[in-house]
Amino acid sequence: MRTERLIGLVLAALAFTAISGLALITAFIFKEGFPLMMKVGLTDFITSSDWYPREGHFGIFPMILGSLAVTAGAMAIGVSFGVGVAILLTQFCPPRLVGVLKPAIELLAGIPSVVYGFMGVVILVPLIRENLGGSGLSVLAASIVLGIMVLPTVISISVDALQAVPRPYYEGSIALGATEWQTAHMVMLRAARSGIMAAVILGMGRAIGETMAVIMVAGNTIALPRSLLSPVRTLTSNIALEMGYAAGDHRQALFATGVVLFVVIMILNTVALTLSRRRARGASR
Amino acid sequence: MSVIGSTSVQPFAEMLAEEFNRNNGDVRVEVQGGGSTAGIQAVANGIAQIGTCSRSLKPEETGFTPITIARDGIAVVVNLANKVSNLSRHQIRAIYEGKITNWRDVGGTDQPIRLITREEGSGTREAFTHLVMGETRIAASAITQESNGAVKELVKNDPGAIGYMSLGLVHGDLKALTVDGVKANAGDVINGTYPLVRPFLFVVKGTPDAAAQRFIDFVLSPPAQAMLEKEGLVRAK
Repeated sequence: MRTERLIGLVLAALAFTAISGLALITAFIFKEGFPLMMKVGLTDFITSSDWYPREGHFGIFPMILGSLAVTAGAMAIGVSFGVGVAILLTQFCPPRLVGVLKPAIELLAGIPSVVYGFMGVVILVPLIRENLGGSGLSVLAASIVLGIMVLPTVISISVDALQAVPRPYYEGSIALGATEWQTAHMVMLRAARSGIMAAVILGMGRAIGETMAVIMVAGNTIALPRSLLSPVRTLTSNIALEMGYAAGDHRQALFATGVVLFVVIMILNTVALTLSRRRARGASR
Repeated sequence: MSVIGSTSVQPFAEMLAEEFNRNNGDVRVEVQGGGSTAGIQAVANGIAQIGTCSRSLKPEETGFTPITIARDGIAVVVNLANKVSNLSRHQIRAIYEGKITNWRDVGGTDQPIRLITREEGSGTREAFTHLVMGETRIAASAITQESNGAVKELVKNDPGAIGYMSLGLVHGDLKALTVDGVKANAGDVINGTYPLVRPFLFVVKGTPDAAAQRFIDFVLSPPAQAMLEKEGLVRAK
């Protein structure tokens, strides 16, 4: 009994340490970033396109747009391929093959992002430059690299969601004369919808937070992106590129960039949590 | 002992530290990058004994002693396939300002110019801004890369690109332009005809301790200066 209580206490202490670490980080980012947002004015900080830290101009609108553009592109690629592969694995693949393929795909998540970035610079960027024009460092390159990087997350959670659909749904649909494909997209996908949404949102979180690979392939200009072939700077790149040098207001502005990123990610996570809760309720019904 | 700062000075400082460590068993010099401003901050916080800096100190950076260990040219570099081989400082500014946007306008082929710059705060960028741009802003459309190596990699592979980087790091795989008709090479940096030259500094706060002073003395000694010269830099004096 006594050991049990002791273990309980140790675990509680560990859990508390982890959570307080998170709370401290949050408090620190806000403490460092908030004063500058107030000084510059929240609206100016978020909607201005002038980022000239040495002259005291801090406008991160191009970076917000950059993060959203790159993330949207990554999702378009990652989700269409990811959900496609998930359907293939759950509906059309022999189970033994799935047993090999799914772990292999999950292994992709373990490759460091700098490797994805390097592949992007060496292969993708020249390909875009020579075939589509521009410098090759672009929204498109970043979207493709990130799209590939989110695949493991999207696939593995979508597969779980599809596998969690009760077997009778599938059998009922087939019994009514639907084909495999009709069953897949009219029954299974709908039943697993909230799980797949959660996969999409978790993938989105990964895409918007990625830094290294994006710095390497996106070009990092401070101008507003005009097309898919324009170079672009994301919120995360902005912080990572300039952190080493920044002092004073500039440093605070980078923390404020972090605050904006933090808020965006919080919104995404809240949506993800709400969706997965709804899914859990749906399953118990 | 820590030496922290400019990524432009880093390879040279590493080379000198290696040589120094080989001959001095009792002190170990560790070299780290991070950037000129980070180096000065590290000295201010006492994290490093010596900060390295690839630009002159700014007026607001008071209380430090700068020691010039060498001088370095900033090369304006283009792809080997580029026909242009000379630009005036005026033209370089107009290009980086975004006023000239096609190589055709400076005697090259009809091809858009792709600007490559360094990140805000980089010593190379600040020296370039100081020497070429003056009060003019670098165009927002410029692609930003975070190291000399990344700039080099881009220019090497993109026929339309223009970049600037430490002259000591330019090798055969890209072309350093002549500026105002003067070749970017060590000779013209020494005799002062090449216009884009900046100091490489060691920055200390107050009186350096004995170990730091020994390393500084070593770096300023004739053999070490000769090593720097062999690597494409120019002697301090």
